[in-house]
Amino acid sequence: MSEVIIAVALIWVAASGTAVVLTRDPLRQAFVAGFFGLGLAFLYLSMQAGDVALSQIVVGAIALPLIVLLAMAKVRKDRE
Amino acid sequence: MSRRARLMFFAVAAAALAVTLGVGLAGLPSFGSQVSAYARMLNEVSGRQRHVTDVVSAITFDYRGIDTLFEEFILLGAVTGISVLLRPLSDETRQLPEDKAPDRGIPPPSPAVWLLAVFLSSLLVLTGLETVTHGTLTPGGGFQGGVILASALYVVYLGTNYRTVERYQPDALLESSDGVGAFGYVFIGLLGLMAGDVFLTNVVGLGVTGNPISGGIIPLLNLTVGLEVAGGFAILASEFLDQTAVIRTKTGPR
Repeated sequence: MSEVIIAVALIWVAASGTAVVLTRDPLRQAFVAGFFGLGLAFLYLSMQAGDVALSQIVVGAIALPLIVLLAMAKVRKDRE
Repeated sequence: MSRRARLMFFAVAAAALAVTLGVGLAGLPSFGSQVSAYARMLNEVSGRQRHVTDVVSAITFDYRGIDTLFEEFILLGAVTGISVLLRPLSDETRQLPEDKAPDRGIPPPSPAVWLLAVFLSSLLVLTGLETVTHGTLTPGGGFQGGVILASALYVVYLGTNYRTVERYQPDALLESSDGVGAFGYVFIGLLGLMAGDVFLTNVVGLGVTGNPISGGIIPLLNLTVGLEVAGGFAILASEFLDQTAVIRTKTGPR
């Protein structure tokens, strides 16, 4: 059972990681990267690393997209 | 560099990477193999030695507590650096965007968004406090809880507007919580020296395993890290937000 969960997590990470690279628009990329981070957290959780999974959630799904989005808003504002 | 030379360069670099990566991957323990001797030993002794149920907490805040101290100062340094870097420069000014249609008010966020923000921000504060204070018992701890606490502030921005956040955001409190958290860690480390032992020795009573207050200095260090991270990430977000919302290039003659 746990092998199945780990396999699902690995496939999720591989697919969403590829999707991050293939997404060309930075705004969409920020969201896709968030889903990638969530997938990583799920992978850590499936391997029973709860602490690492929590750290991954807060960094990958909260801190990183926020900073990317705010930086992009700044760049876009300056261009106007 | 010509296309040919670039391709040559790439081929050499790719071959070198493939060899190093191959050798490295071949040396990895096989998937699902047993945990290392070090991990087995800590799983065995940490419960008895430190009275905690989350071994990871015992490792990060006790067995290798000095590493965590340096990591904490990396974050402090990063936040300080961001604050310096994102200050208004000499050719920039802080002002809200000019209102081009003063007769029309800014529509408030929809009731649904507002309700979600009220609900979510209180929930985030609660979850953050829970994560910080239960670091010795369950996965989580100061770092994770701190970021969750800071994110409650972002949600307030989501549900209101920049002016409200600017008005109610306790800047001095955030900055002091960042500093107090970082140096609180050092202070707790010094307690060990004062007790006549080495830096960061677990000198406080260990308590009963499974109680929220157990593990000696581990929950205290969790609290200091939580303070530092919550303040640090809130400052980080507000610096970026300032850049986006109010800091703009000065117009007119300089």
